[in-house]
Amino acid sequence: MIYKKVNSVQEALRDVKDNATIMLGGFGLCGIPENSIAELVQKEIKNLTCISNNAGVDNFGLGMLLQKRQIKKMISSYVGENAEFERQMLSGELEVELIPQGTLAERCRAAQDGIPAFFTPAGFGTEVAIGKETREFNGKMHVMELAFNADFSIVKAWKGDTAGNLIFKGTARNFNPAMAGAAKITIAEVEELVEAGTLDPNQIHIPGIFVQRIFQGEKYEKRIEKRTVREKK
Amino acid sequence: MALTKEDIAKRIAQELQDGFYVNLGIGIPTLVANYIPEGINVEFQSENGVLGMGPFPFVGEEDADLINAGKQTITTLPGAVFFDSALSFGMIRGKHVDLTILGAMEVAENGDIANWKIPGKMVKGMGGAMDLVASAENIIVAMMHVNKEGESKILKKCSLPLTGVGCVKKIVTELAVMEITPKGIKLLERAPGVTVEHIIASTEAELIIEGDIPEMVIE
Repeated sequence: MIYKKVNSVQEALRDVKDNATIMLGGFGLCGIPENSIAELVQKEIKNLTCISNNAGVDNFGLGMLLQKRQIKKMISSYVGENAEFERQMLSGELEVELIPQGTLAERCRAAQDGIPAFFTPAGFGTEVAIGKETREFNGKMHVMELAFNADFSIVKAWKGDTAGNLIFKGTARNFNPAMAGAAKITIAEVEELVEAGTLDPNQIHIPGIFVQRIFQGEKYEKRIEKRTVREKK
Repeated sequence: MALTKEDIAKRIAQELQDGFYVNLGIGIPTLVANYIPEGINVEFQSENGVLGMGPFPFVGEEDADLINAGKQTITTLPGAVFFDSALSFGMIRGKHVDLTILGAMEVAENGDIANWKIPGKMVKGMGGAMDLVASAENIIVAMMHVNKEGESKILKKCSLPLTGVGCVKKIVTELAVMEITPKGIKLLERAPGVTVEHIIASTEAELIIEGDIPEMVIE
């Protein structure tokens, strides 16, 4: 058994430095690697390129890194809900690349799975396709998109074991599985870390081969971005 | 009488067919889930990774790990399943989702749609909209016929940056139901009490009008 457990977030992120390109899992504030983001803020590293579907809110998630101006470039599909983001983007302090959500997911998966590029119909005929190779397949036009090339992938799972195997919960799964193994080093933080052999191999979503380091997060706030409820009749 | 947003959702719900997997966008499309016709079974897909989405949770039962693509807390129904974003868009690109209902800022008579960016204003991003419109075979747009300035949102050519080209199949607004055909936009139904002349006056694009245009039936 290959042992992937590290004892702290500090140890897990020890070599994440200025100018790094980092993939971060999560959709909105759901399934984000909270402990690792807090540590990136603590480390005060700068000029980061972050690949993440969203950019958090002003005081949580990637919004915390934006507040400290640690991010140079964001690659995302949707970046609303963040006033500081908007300010930095409009003032030109922050570079932003918006790409279709499915393309974002597939560029992660392609990086994970050794596929250098792929064709997708998403964005054909729009400004997303400008400067990209296009090709017709089965009578329909497609745009060539490249696999991401990132230094670190930081993902969050519900449960994990010391061999790096991961299980996700609910819609907190989102981009995390496709980002695991999609960068040179993948760091997984989990709510519950158990000994290898404890999890049922049939129930594991992501095999530990895609993960280099795993640790149990100290605490999870799991903030809800849009609490939407109905009244009991 | 122009339709309310709820009425637009009710009319679109009549397009649901038994066994459909449906992706609903934010806004009016979300309301469609409230009006599923009796006797048919459909499942709602949310592109952040759930099939079998249910209603909003009761107070106190919200789960931070369970949201829809609009980031709202949700519940799931029996038979629901979770999956990752890559697989989710595999369902979409692979045409396994039968119907996509989404909002729009503009639709053109050739089926082009613009709904993600207003240049010069804050750009929030396209989310999953470009993937959805590029792949779905069956796209219904739910929107208001005119904007707040009273200008038509159904145009000869979109003025805003496009989300997708030649993809919209049907448009349902507070005034009319229209179908995008190879020849242009065909007027199918009008809102109760709304005249064909009023619809023509509210539409920049040329409308194909054949025979009497029936009133929509909204219950």
